[in-house]
Amino acid sequence: MDMINLKIDGLDVSVPKDTTILQAAKQLNIDIPTLCYLKGINEVGSCRVCVVEVEGWRGLHPACVTKVSEGLVVKTATKTVREARQNILELIMANHNRECLSCARNTNCELQKLCNDAGIGDTTFEKKADRGSIDCSGSVVRDPSKCVLCGRCVSVCSNTQNVGVISYAHRGAHTSVTTPYEVELAGLECINCGQCIKVCPVGALQEKDATERVWSALENPDLHVVVQTAPAVRVALGEEFGMPVGTNVEGKMVTALKRLGFVKVFDTNFSADLTIMEEGTELINRINNGGKLPMITSCSPGWIKFCEHNYHEFLENLSTCKSPQQMFGAVAKSYYPQKAGVDPKKVFVVSVMPCTAKKYEADREEMKVDGLRDIDAVITTRELAKMIKQARIEFEKLPDSCYDSILGASTGAGVIFGNTGGVMEAALRTVADILTGKDLKEIEYTAVRGMEGIREATVNISGMDLKVAIVNGTGNAAKLLDKIKAGEANYHFIEVMACPGGCINGGGQPIIMDKSKTEEVKQKRIEGIYAIDKSRAKRKSHENPEIKALYDEYLGKPGEHKSHKLLHTHYTAR
Amino acid sequence: MESVKEVIKRYGNSKDNLIQIMLELQQLSGKNYLPDAWVKEAAEELGMPLSKVYGVITFYAMFSTEPRGKYVIEVCKSGPCHVSGSENIVHILEKELGIKPGETTADGLFTLELSSCFGACDIAPAVKIGENVHGNLTADSLKDLIISYREGLTYGNN
Amino acid sequence: METTKILSARFGKIRPDSVEEYVAAGGYEGLKKAIGMQHLDVIEEIKKANLFGRGGAAYPTGIKWEQAYAIKKGPKYMVCNADEGEPGTFKDKHIMAEDPFQLIEGMTIGAYLMGATEGFIYIRGEYMGIQRIVRSAIENAKKAGYLGKNILGAGFDFDLKVVSGAGAYVCGENTALVESIEGKPGRPRQKPPYIKNCGLYQMPTILNNVETYSCIPWIVKDGGEAFSALGTDFSGGTKLMCLSGNVAKRGVYEIPFGTTLRELIYTIGGGIPNGKKLKFVHLGGSSGACFPESLLDTKICYNDLKKNGLSLGSGAVLVVDDSSCPVDYLKAVMEFFEEESCGKCTPCREGNQRMVEILEKLTEGKGTMEDIKKLKSLAQTMKTTSFCGLGQSAPVPVITLIKYFEAEFIAHTEGKCPAGKCKMNGKGVK
Repeated sequence: MDMINLKIDGLDVSVPKDTTILQAAKQLNIDIPTLCYLKGINEVGSCRVCVVEVEGWRGLHPACVTKVSEGLVVKTATKTVREARQNILELIMANHNRECLSCARNTNCELQKLCNDAGIGDTTFEKKADRGSIDCSGSVVRDPSKCVLCGRCVSVCSNTQNVGVISYAHRGAHTSVTTPYEVELAGLECINCGQCIKVCPVGALQEKDATERVWSALENPDLHVVVQTAPAVRVALGEEFGMPVGTNVEGKMVTALKRLGFVKVFDTNFSADLTIMEEGTELINRINNGGKLPMITSCSPGWIKFCEHNYHEFLENLSTCKSPQQMFGAVAKSYYPQKAGVDPKKVFVVSVMPCTAKKYEADREEMKVDGLRDIDAVITTRELAKMIKQARIEFEKLPDSCYDSILGASTGAGVIFGNTGGVMEAALRTVADILTGKDLKEIEYTAVRGMEGIREATVNISGMDLKVAIVNGTGNAAKLLDKIKAGEANYHFIEVMACPGGCINGGGQPIIMDKSKTEEVKQKRIEGIYAIDKSRAKRKSHENPEIKALYDEYLGKPGEHKSHKLLHTHYTAR
Repeated sequence: MESVKEVIKRYGNSKDNLIQIMLELQQLSGKNYLPDAWVKEAAEELGMPLSKVYGVITFYAMFSTEPRGKYVIEVCKSGPCHVSGSENIVHILEKELGIKPGETTADGLFTLELSSCFGACDIAPAVKIGENVHGNLTADSLKDLIISYREGLTYGNN
Repeated sequence: METTKILSARFGKIRPDSVEEYVAAGGYEGLKKAIGMQHLDVIEEIKKANLFGRGGAAYPTGIKWEQAYAIKKGPKYMVCNADEGEPGTFKDKHIMAEDPFQLIEGMTIGAYLMGATEGFIYIRGEYMGIQRIVRSAIENAKKAGYLGKNILGAGFDFDLKVVSGAGAYVCGENTALVESIEGKPGRPRQKPPYIKNCGLYQMPTILNNVETYSCIPWIVKDGGEAFSALGTDFSGGTKLMCLSGNVAKRGVYEIPFGTTLRELIYTIGGGIPNGKKLKFVHLGGSSGACFPESLLDTKICYNDLKKNGLSLGSGAVLVVDDSSCPVDYLKAVMEFFEEESCGKCTPCREGNQRMVEILEKLTEGKGTMEDIKKLKSLAQTMKTTSFCGLGQSAPVPVITLIKYFEAEFIAHTEGKCPAGKCKMNGKGVK
């Protein structure tokens, strides 16, 4: 490989061609500050926080987009650089709503850290640019007064997710990041995926907070408040308490939830297993009875809304199964109260999700059975951490507890729903057993695992080649669907997760402050999930004893009348 | 009147032509602006997210998303006009028209706007009304100019 | 003062869109000659001409064309920057309104050399009438076989199209202009890649100003040396200068390089009217330097100007008399940049608005010495860190006006406007 030699702050370094000054500096443990830069997503060099001096070059240059060349002599912290950086940070800060103490991103804010590191005092500038008013209409809340115009959200929304409901508008001092005509997000094609929140360096993008709603339910003696926790929450929540990335904190989380006052702590893994029973059956039926193929998973509400807006011709391909969150709610308000002897009307179901779109999903008109909403409140992993902190619980020191019965047992198949490829693998485990009539031992479908945006595999099950595809990120979903539309690809079964990497990187997961660690963090969360799967005695959904009991005692068979009423749904072209 | 589709057809439905199409549509509107519905239709025809189209039309100074007067009076406030007394021009127009920059007269005839240089520096102070530039303005000639537009003695091809 | 006219020779003498009248007046001789020459010989003539880009950046055109010629990738595009948004500049308007064929011919010569078959003239939206003239000229050139298929039977095709801007100063920046032709907001692109390699539609693009292209036919026809000889050792040919502001005879004048600013303002321009005195000259547009009387004997020549820390820019010469206040004037200039910044990079987007904020305070008598210090510091940051030329040069008037008139800035912090221009209505309120 062609290596380029250069000097940064007096230190020699040799890097491959096309490396940026920023990356080269990192090799020398020189941490050039950045703000707008987001590797692979937003490499635009516009904030100018990362400017450095290059000997012989006029002016200062953005390290994030300036490629190295032979013999370059770079200085990253000269007086000129420091002064420029301080001015730039002051300029950004001056138009930023500095209500840091009451901001959800306090102590977790990239701008705050940058200003602090650079030793910026307060600013003497008084005027504030009007970048629009706060929009609380959807699951994602936008506060333009905090926006620093870095453009990361615009890039992730347009390029990664192919949604594009926000963009730069106006110019000069009036520049803003906004929706068309400054309308509310809720009325647009926003899929509520929350990826914009994850990339926002400051508190300009947040989930709509539901913690107060949950607190008041917990404090209401008339309500029977139960909670479910999604698979991906347990491998990320620990990060909010300084624990190593990928740590499985399931036991502590259950204890914390009990301390918070939930009557029962249940697991979405349980209803993930239930989903597999329904979805697996649906897939087999579609294949055997000439149903619409490919069948596409329906667990990811961001993906569902994306499809409803942009790919009407695929609505019939979507599995009619509700997502695990909604299936849980439906069961928690029918089967559970019957068994527990409580009034279903008094059951208040809270979901803890790695996802912001789950808030929207729970509020969808059709997500109710016999007048009872499946889900009453959805909080994200971040909001749960907030509640634990509000309750002054020392999370790291908590003992472990187990999930409650009768909606708490789960298999390894349920937990892998949190990873891209997980729903597919879980489905394959059950479908293969059903079709072969055997208890197969080879259950790790490694071909469907991985982080690539689009993956394909052919799985042979009892003589039939099942062609499957797994996509994560709606931008990738669009690419795949376009290929199918063009007749260039076809499959039996497709798993789509709206967020890159799957739910482990959902819009409701802990913010990764050091964006250079994003891929590493995703990988560790994924590994955390697979480790849980591996540790389980039962790793196939149909082996879940509580699921078996649910069917035996209440539902009958998958896909039959009662299941259909409780566990299936329909879609709307939007 | 030509429809949005016809204008796009004439230019071709390539995204490249967005600005040219929007300039035409604005002229067609009769009120010097881009009606929301037309913009939405054009976005669909061109296969562009509305947010991107909105980004373009709010970037360029010549576009307006709000209806404006039949005559948009632009007063140059750049350096050359500034030292030639453009501030007085603004004051006179504000008084004559009874509106502030950015506003439209109640009769829908005039919108007053402050603009960047339009290259009439050799005849500063100058105003641009529609396509027509009027320079070497004095208080009296400016008042006469407004009267002539009011009375429909319009210059050029409006 | 009788001098050779190159660009303005036909001004007012021919119908601007009449190809016949253009040809009768010696037009298209350059193209015909170029077709008979080796490509590299034509480029050599342009190099000999000492022609520097007339848009403001003053890059040697011959070298630019030589580099573009060497690029093997294609298709190549010819693009003309006719966005003329620099305040105080109206020369391209005159070329296009009075003799657009020299521009068209210049681009056609370029297309012939580069093997480009498509070209675009990006004319600012404010010049609607001029767009019509140029469109009509293009149509007539096509009818007469000077554009379109098999031009002059020489076996090459070239089509030209007028693209309208829609009101954005920043589109004068080459990459922003290219973005705008592609229908996008005019926000500059990161360089490299440079547009010569990767410009319009990601293809090699030859982009020059109206005046630059318009010099080409003469250079090819009469030779690079003849062109160069008209100017100084460092700057070949003539220049269209735009005189505006407080000067008796405002207008566009074609002068040979080497003329002094004093000659231009006092001999050609008739000096300062109304018994006033010169306060300063703002040279090269709003992003140029402001300087006092003491520098007026500088020759208009890229090298001489550079030695004095000045730049010719677009050729705008704004004369400001002593009734003006530099602080008040600067506020107007910076309001322009606050409005015209594309908003992409922090220093330009935020810096200009904060400079206006400080200048407002100063003109109201609320400013402090600390504010002047901040103004200088921001100017430095903008100059060194802005994304494109707009932000890098916007602080030039700030730096130069403070340099030459610091005492007046300081007076404002004490509640006094020596020129009596600023209202100082916030006097004493600090």
